Parts: sequence; C-alpha cells; structure tokens
Amino acid sequence: MGNKKIGVFVCHCGTNISATVDVEKVAEETKKNNPGVSYTTTYKYMCSDPGQKLLRDKIKEEGLDGVVVAACSPKMHEHTFRNAAIKTGLNPYHVEISNIREQCSWVHPEIPVGTEKSTDLVRMMTEKVRKDKSLNAIKVPVTKRALVIGGGIAGIQAALDIADGGHEVIMVEREASIGGHMAQLSETFPTLDCSQCIMTPKMVEAAQNDNITMHTWSEIESVDGYIGNFTVKIRKKARSVDLDLCTGCSSCWQVCPCSKIKSEFDMGLGNRTAIYIPFPQAIPSKPVIDRENCILFKDARKKNIKPNDSKVCRKCIDACPIAPVKAIDYNQEDEIIEVKVGAIIVATGYKELEDGLYGEYGGGKYEDVITGLQFERLASASGPTEGVIKRPSDGKEPEIVVFIQCVGSRDPAKGCSYCSKTCCMYTAKHTMLYKHKVHHGHAFVFYIDIRCAGKGYEEFSQRAIEEEGATYLRGRVSRVYKKGEKLVVLGADTLTGSVVEIEADMVVLASAMKAQDDAMEIAQKLSIQYDKDKFLSEIHPKLKPVESSSAGIFLAGTCQGPKDIPETVAQAGAAASKVLALLSSDELEREPVVARVDRQLPPVFSTCIGCFYCQKVCPYSAIESEDIKARDGSVIKTVARVNEGLCQGCGLCAATCRSKSIELDGFNDEQIYAEINAVEFN
Amino acid sequence: MSDETKFEPRIVAFLCNWCTYAGADLAGTGRKQYQANVRVIKLPCTGGIDPLFLIKAFERGADGILVSGCHPGDCHYNSGNYHARRRWNVFRPLLEFCGINPERIQFSWISAAEGGKWVETINGVVDSVRALGPFEGYHKINAIGPDASSEKS
Repeated sequence: MGNKKIGVFVCHCGTNISATVDVEKVAEETKKNNPGVSYTTTYKYMCSDPGQKLLRDKIKEEGLDGVVVAACSPKMHEHTFRNAAIKTGLNPYHVEISNIREQCSWVHPEIPVGTEKSTDLVRMMTEKVRKDKSLNAIKVPVTKRALVIGGGIAGIQAALDIADGGHEVIMVEREASIGGHMAQLSETFPTLDCSQCIMTPKMVEAAQNDNITMHTWSEIESVDGYIGNFTVKIRKKARSVDLDLCTGCSSCWQVCPCSKIKSEFDMGLGNRTAIYIPFPQAIPSKPVIDRENCILFKDARKKNIKPNDSKVCRKCIDACPIAPVKAIDYNQEDEIIEVKVGAIIVATGYKELEDGLYGEYGGGKYEDVITGLQFERLASASGPTEGVIKRPSDGKEPEIVVFIQCVGSRDPAKGCSYCSKTCCMYTAKHTMLYKHKVHHGHAFVFYIDIRCAGKGYEEFSQRAIEEEGATYLRGRVSRVYKKGEKLVVLGADTLTGSVVEIEADMVVLASAMKAQDDAMEIAQKLSIQYDKDKFLSEIHPKLKPVESSSAGIFLAGTCQGPKDIPETVAQAGAAASKVLALLSSDELEREPVVARVDRQLPPVFSTCIGCFYCQKVCPYSAIESEDIKARDGSVIKTVARVNEGLCQGCGLCAATCRSKSIELDGFNDEQIYAEINAVEFN
Repeated sequence: MSDETKFEPRIVAFLCNWCTYAGADLAGTGRKQYQANVRVIKLPCTGGIDPLFLIKAFERGADGILVSGCHPGDCHYNSGNYHARRRWNVFRPLLEFCGINPERIQFSWISAAEGGKWVETINGVVDSVRALGPFEGYHKINAIGPDASSEKS
C-alpha cells in the first residue's frame, strides 16, 4: 500500500484556523513535498454538509484511498469524516485528522510559525495514512440476559425494570433474603412512610416475576468474558435447606434451642435462632442454618464427622413436616452454577462504619451508644422491641437522647473524607420518630452543617427543629463517658461559643456509609475501578454516571457512593435502561482498535514465543493462550491470542512484547514510526 | 549566536488520547499560547509507548521528548500509566548508560482538565532542552555510516 493516493483537505474553520495559519500554503506545500498526495484543497467549513460532500465527491472523483483532514481536534469530527468516507465505500480507518486548530491556530498567533507547524503535522498524518490498513468494526453477539449482583432496593429495582423490558434477569444476593438495608429501616424520609410497607411489595414482585431468577445465600465466584458475553460462576452457599421442598412453615426455627445468637438483621439488638429466616417478611421465606453457631454442626466439626452423622440436637429435622424426604439437609454442600449473561449491574450496597472506630464516643463499649441503623431497628415495628424505644442496656425508656452527626463522615482521620449524604436527613427523622414515641423526651443533635438538599428535605429538617422541638447544636462532641446510669456527652456549641455537657440516656451515632469490606474483591472479579474509599467508580462522574470502567457492567446504588433511596432507585432505573438498550440489539459493533498477535504461514506460524508477559500487563484479561496444532493434533507451539471482545485497545501488550509479535490495530508500529519519521528536524 | 542560527529545539510529544491529548486540546480551546516547538503523536495510552519510539525520535533528530499521560489512578485503561512509569524507570538509566542525557526526556501527568499545565509543561520542556543545546549524538552516528536511519520510508 506504499503508493496510496492521498487527499488532504485543509479546513479554514471560518477564520478559526485561517486567521493564524496560511491554509493555502499548507495545502500547496503538502502537495509539493509529499509524493503520494495527489489532491489537496482548502475549504471554509469541512464539517458542514457541503464540506462533507466535497470530501465524498473528491474521494470518488480522484480515486483517493487515503484522506487527511487538517482541521479541529479528532475528538470533534474524526467520527464525522470517517462516516463520510464510509458512504463512498472507503474504509473509514484510512481517514486521519491532523489537529491544526487546537494545536496550531489557537495557540500560535504568528502566521509563519503556525503555518510551518501545521504543514509538519499534516505531513506526519499523511505518512501515517500511508500505513493505515482497512479495519472492520468488530461484531459481537449479545446474550440477552442480565445479571444483577445484590438484592437491595437498587438490585430489585434494576431487576424489575429489566424484567419488565422483557429480558431474563439473574439476581444474586449473598444474604438469606433479598431486601438489603432498606428492609431494615423503620420509616423513610421525608414522608415518614414505613419502609417495609413500600419495600416488601417490591420484594414480592421480584420474587413472582417470571423473568427473574433469584439466587439468595449465593455469591459471585468469578466473572469472565466481555460485553454481551459474560460467563459468571455463582457459588450457591450450602443453605442446609432444600428450597424446592421447604414450604417455610416455621416448624424448624420454632424448636431450635440456639436462640441467643445476635441477629444481623436487628444489628445485634435482637436474637435469632441457628436455623432462621432473617426477618419475618424475608424472601424467600425459607430458612438457612447458621453452621457456625448450630450445635449440631459444632459437634460434627469437633468429631470430624459428616454433619448428618451427628446425633446432637436434630430438633429442626425432626420437626420438619415434609415427607418422605425432609427439607433439611445437613450434608448439603456449596454448589457452583454457571450462567451466561450479556450485561451486569453491580448493586452491592454499603456497610455502616464499624461502631468500635469511635472509642471516644463509647462506640462498641457502651450498650446505650448505638448506630443509626440500630436506632432504625429500635424504632421499627418489626424490630426487637416492636417499635417501642427502649435503651438496650436496661430496657428503660430514654428521656434524653443525643444524636451525633458526621460520625466518620467528613473526618479524614477516620478514613472517610466524604459526606455520607443521608445522615442529616435520617437524624432529623430519628428525632421525629423518637418524639412521636416518647412525647416527654428530649432530642439533642450535634451537627457540623445541615445538608438537606433534596426535594422536601429542607422543610423536613426544619420541621424536626421547629415543630418537633429537637435541639440542634452546632459543634462536635469530644467525648462520651459513663456516669452512673447516664451517658455524659461533652461537646461544643460553636454558635454560642460554649462547652456543652448533656447527661443523656442514650446516644445515637449517625455513622458513615462505607464501602462493603469486599468491594475491592468484587471490583477485581469484574475488572472495574474503585475509588480511594473503595466505592466503585463510574467512568464519567457527570456524563456516564452508571457505567463502570468495563463495557457492559453498570453500577447502581450505594456501592458507587453514599446516596439515599430516591437517588438509588433513580440510578437503578438508569442502569436498567442502559442494560435494556444493550440487550435490544442482536449484535454489538465496536471500534476495531484492538491488539493482534502475529500469525503467519508455516513453518513460522507465529513469531510469538509464548512468554505471556502480555497476559501479565493486560488490564482486561484479554490475552488468552492458543495451541497451534499439527494435523495429527500435536501441539506445535503455544502462542498468545487476543480476545477481541475483551480488548479495549490500550496497547500495553504491544509495548511489552519482547518479540514484537503484538500490534495494536490503528496504532501499529509502522504507523507510529511513519509519524516519527515525518517530523521535520533541522 | 546570530538570530538566524539561534537554536530552536524540536520536541516530540507522545501523548495518551484520554488525558494529555485532551488537556492539550483544552489549552487550544482556552487560546493559551505556548512555544511551537512541539510535534504531538497521539496513542491510546502511555503504557503502549515502546521505548524504541523514543529512541527513533532521537535518531531522527529530536532534541527532546515529552511523554505525558493520565494522573496516577486516572488511567482510562486502569493501570497503563503505571506500566509507562515503570518502563521509564528502567529505561532512564539505560539512556544515561548510552550517553543520552535523561533530561532530554520528560515524563508528566496532565489531565484533560489541565490545559494550563500542558502549557507550562511544554514551555518548561522547550526551555530546558534549549538550555541543554542540540542533541547531536545521533547526528554523529548517522554521519559515520550510510544513512541507515532513514531507511525505507
């Protein structure tokens, strides 16, 4: 292809270019000094309709097989001109942009300087075009099924939206029930409607939707593949209960003698049994055996026998009315299933800041210092106190409650420099719930700033102060210590400039929302990015808020950063709409800028020496190994192969390859060297 | 030195598509002027820059080189810029060993939002290479043998 007929089109961009670059001279010099450039012209606006027509006409008339448009940044109109070329039948990858606006006319005001540099840049691009090869958009088939990781409100909303769009959804939830944190909440701001009353119908809807397959008590084992074609292995943890047989009759957990296990769902404020459902409205409403705490499993571990051979307890299996085969299976083992999906939504949620982190507030030390989520459980009608506000230590009704905001949030010393966004609102809500239940009680709130920026939020927090009589004090708390039965809260009121000491009955910490402990692990399994706080990163904070850094993987809810329920639901809907768009086509087209491993005829077959350094540097696990086999099936050599679906075209492998056997299409060595060689040096 | 023979260094800049190239575009959009000595070559990622590209540029007569990509942690391809940095750490002593002043190659992180930093960086590179004087190592080699460097193209 050394003797391509190249056309160069120099754009005036109105006067944006022509004011400081002598475009005519650029065109003239280019034609004069570059053999192979058979046609040059200038035009007022190349990107306009007549400009594009000019390009198309000249490609045909002059029989051009390479084009350089000297104009604005390729980020502006590369796409435009490549599309114009397609219409003439010219492969679009023979069209290159020489950026003489952003890099010349706008930054170099002197005409001779800009003109010389422009001529240089155009020559570099003509040399690159000379080496350009035809590339064809890569087409990949799409598996029309989605995976949703996480069964909280974000996951449920996303799954429902995709299912309603007519596609199958596989939902994976690691707990025994879907519902997530929202199911734990008592009432929700700013309307004070009962969280479970709005959440549980959605849970039921998800469970009953024919398009949704739910895997609870399951975790993601591995994710392979690429957009449109993911292969996901799911570990279905041994539940010890056969979900098909079990009817959720409750006979087993009513007889379980291990009744003093702290309930995770009640944030440790209530107890559960060893065979249990996390909460009454759980979905599926079928129990799981906590093998750590069940005395039968403890016995089996001690004696090193199969659980079913243990003679200890067995009350649950005896109580199980299912016959002839009981629904409880002590010997059940983890099962790995494999599913194929075209898109993935990650909705793995958050966790509350560890309460032990604030020793100075007595977190984790004093029973009556509780976290926001614990207060939710106290105030919830389905909670351990059935909605009666009692302090955990002695069950007394607390008459003075101090709420401390920003516990963890906005405190880089504790590892969270960010604002958790929901605490101002839920603390205002807590004061209201408390006042509604303890009429004579008094609520104090220590805050740094009150940030209530949602619709109806400011009014809500004002209501807490003005109508419900919560006392807001602007300042930090330095210490909480015990004095008899009371908790003394020592803080500052910075508006009056005084030290405040409150003898409280209970202290509620508005603990920060943090990324899940294993957020990094899931990010690594999915090859997506996470930020300094381990929240999963969207690829563009403004324009691509639900897309992860890997194509085909989307984010929803608090795994991406602290947010409240309305925002979570909106984001879940957005992620679902992206998935639906993706699943709407049978095939995907992507830019063919991918790496390619050298393959040639025998006896060489490939210059690849099989060192697989490329595999080590590839951020997308796109390098596979391939055996080149003889006719008899014997392996001649093992070489690298690029999975085009996974490759994102960074070129790391090409630069790493020791035998120069990998090249990046569109930016191969020949093209880059042609550019370097074309720079005019003195 | 008279004005006619005043040394103007030639700088070749290898930029990643996502951060620094966009940063340079932003300098243009903001009409921020800088010295015209630079010729930009765009690649998807700094991690894809073969050290031989840099050697080639020197061989062809470049006086200085800039390699610039995304800030640590911001790489469009997750980790490409870290690989570029590592490669540079290994390549740098090799340059010194070959008698090429490593200051002729500069390495920087410029984001798509840092048009100003692009201008400062370019001006800095041009000034420092101007102070170093022309790079003549390869001219000498080229002068000895047949013009082996400009080869087929």
